[in-house]
Amino acid sequence: MTASYRWQQGDKVYHFGSLAELMAKATPERSGDALAGVIAESAEQRVIAQMALADVPLKTFLTEAVIPYESDEITRLIIDSHQLAAFAPISHMTVGDFRNWLLSDAADSQALSALRDGLTPEMVAAVSKIMRNQDLILVAKKCHVVSAFRNTIGLPGRLSTRLQPNHPTDSLDGIAATIFDGLMYGNGDAVIGINPATDNVPQTIKLLAMLEEVIQHYQIPTQSCVLTHVTNTIEAIEQGAAVDLVFQSIGGTQGTNDTFGVNLAVLKEAHEAALSLKRGTVGNNVMYFETGQGTALSADAYFGVDQQTCEARAYAVARQFDPLLVNTVVGFIGPEYLFDGKQIIRAGLEDHFCGKLLGLPMGCDICYTNHAYADQNDMDNLLTLLGVAGCTFIMGIPGSDDIMLNYQTTSFHDALYARKALGLKPAPEFESWLAQMEIFSDVDKVRLNQQLAKPFGASIALLSDK
Amino acid sequence: MSKLVSKPQDESVVTESRWQSLKQFTSARIALGRTGTSIPTGELLDFQLDHARAIDAVHRALDVATLNQQLVASHSLSHVITTPPLLVQSKASDRMVYLQRPDLGRQLSEACWQQLCDARAEYHHQEQRQEQHKGQHQGQQEYDLAIVVADGLSSTAIQKHALPVIERLVEKLSGDDAHTWSLAPITIVTQGRVAVGDDVGECLNAKITLIMIGERPGLTSPDSMGIYLTWAPKRGAKDSSRNCISNIRPEGLPYEEAAHKAHYLLSESMKLQLTGIGLKDRSVGLEEEAQLESDATSSFLIG
Repeated sequence: MTASYRWQQGDKVYHFGSLAELMAKATPERSGDALAGVIAESAEQRVIAQMALADVPLKTFLTEAVIPYESDEITRLIIDSHQLAAFAPISHMTVGDFRNWLLSDAADSQALSALRDGLTPEMVAAVSKIMRNQDLILVAKKCHVVSAFRNTIGLPGRLSTRLQPNHPTDSLDGIAATIFDGLMYGNGDAVIGINPATDNVPQTIKLLAMLEEVIQHYQIPTQSCVLTHVTNTIEAIEQGAAVDLVFQSIGGTQGTNDTFGVNLAVLKEAHEAALSLKRGTVGNNVMYFETGQGTALSADAYFGVDQQTCEARAYAVARQFDPLLVNTVVGFIGPEYLFDGKQIIRAGLEDHFCGKLLGLPMGCDICYTNHAYADQNDMDNLLTLLGVAGCTFIMGIPGSDDIMLNYQTTSFHDALYARKALGLKPAPEFESWLAQMEIFSDVDKVRLNQQLAKPFGASIALLSDK
Repeated sequence: MSKLVSKPQDESVVTESRWQSLKQFTSARIALGRTGTSIPTGELLDFQLDHARAIDAVHRALDVATLNQQLVASHSLSHVITTPPLLVQSKASDRMVYLQRPDLGRQLSEACWQQLCDARAEYHHQEQRQEQHKGQHQGQQEYDLAIVVADGLSSTAIQKHALPVIERLVEKLSGDDAHTWSLAPITIVTQGRVAVGDDVGECLNAKITLIMIGERPGLTSPDSMGIYLTWAPKRGAKDSSRNCISNIRPEGLPYEEAAHKAHYLLSESMKLQLTGIGLKDRSVGLEEEAQLESDATSSFLIG
């Protein structure tokens, strides 16, 4: 039986029927929560809910599940993997105290990483709801999460990029042309990751072979990924394909993952299969997850829980498998979930904060669709804010235009803007490679070489000879 | 598309990409060049123009009066469908609501639901009178097909492509030797999503609904139209029970081919009495050719 919550403001008493309802009503405004019918009825009720939520002891989250333990394997994962010893330093706090502590000098990088296993996604989601954007940025910046495969991702002062060379018919030369373009702008250290247009096992194997060939040929310290369903990747591994990273979209409720056709058992199987290949050179984080607010509602498996809390629960799934990369695809889902630039920016900062606090190498697909109220300027804003917050990685595609998935995300040029404006560098191994290949004349100052890098010049010359 | 800036940009500032030749392999925005590390002015504004067109496609209201007029005036249609189009709207009162409440765009407004039911009863009445007049037995009560046109997310797509595709399709249906198609009057829905076609089909008592709808605009395809077919349309029908033809526009799937595919799927649907995963598109078209693209296993990057 769930407790109810009340708050008295002046002579008026407000009631909230459950923890899930309180959290939903306390959530900053977004269209998805309105569509789900869980949003606050007024701006005033929202703040009252935030006040009531700030008063809730963190311990409450260990006894009151927003989705029942019996019916949801993610709730079971959250509760069963919680570490009381790690939780001890904050066990006496309320959500409001927790915000104060996070912003205090006591919460340094060490204290924050020691706390990870003591936090549940719901605690993290709750505190994010009473934090301003600058709070989300400041605390996320203090969270250092490092992962590694063929290079080291997430070191302070670094910003990595996923090179996303999608093509509407998976043309190998078309994909290669975009990889070339991206490498010439110093993108691709997080992963070179293709969303295949034809999504099956033979195609996955073909694309993986092509990526492997390029990475080997130019000795690029990075990893490849074909973003197909986890069961396809397992099959590709069984057939001997060169799989660096296993990709999967995940959500924060069991029902959401049902619609994705995955569960914890199949993710475990994939994780073990990829680990067994031992293809990493400086580390062995082999998973790449994508998430995004709104998937639970879209799957009609949200059980009255707001979309940001559902999203944070997906991070419990992710951290179970020590990922190299986790990417919140923040504006892809459309305006019925995140209506405009303001909502997309807020969601991007929340997701990054929640992921980092829970110990994930959190990146963001800073993106929008043409039916959302957003444009390039909104993306510039979010990119800059996330760059300041220490975001692990962003996407890089030619001229912001994904011609396969039909949406806009950050461009190769955008990544260089962020590096230049904020003094950020790519992963160290990749940085050395860029200098060695003479793609950059000065990596520190983000100066590209005027001349075409020699090894790459050769393939262009060959092309014009044909 | 013409470039805003066709003359070479100031070479001392802008660095042109030396891999222009790679543009032959992809329509992605590669080899844009750079000023410092930023996008040069011409390329920046090209992008802004494409985005502006996409935004306009979403927000410009469908010009129903013009479309209606064109449908009525169409010579090839007037022979086959004698009743003028029915004009209705969904439960989404305006674009703002439409974008945030997809559930409302999937249903006809109460008044329009009634309007279509009344229209159906009226036609039924007329048919009976005509049949009695001719001394025939009471005819079929169902239509075979209800063609629905909805703005969806791109009014531009509908304004440009709906009429030519309907004309070609109706021409094929009326010349069909295998089946004599009875067609409901065409229905135009504003603020409509795909499922609103189910409401129309149910009200008009049609065996199949075919809805033409503006697709979510891409940056280089603001005018892409989609077609969805649903057998036994009823409010609440599942998306898995539909067949889809997408990317209809001259630069994508051309009109004639779209009409050919639609005719094929309609004929199969009538034979099999279903739509959805049980109905496979085995008509050979452009898409398949693209899929068959080379057996190459290596790219130009590996010399």
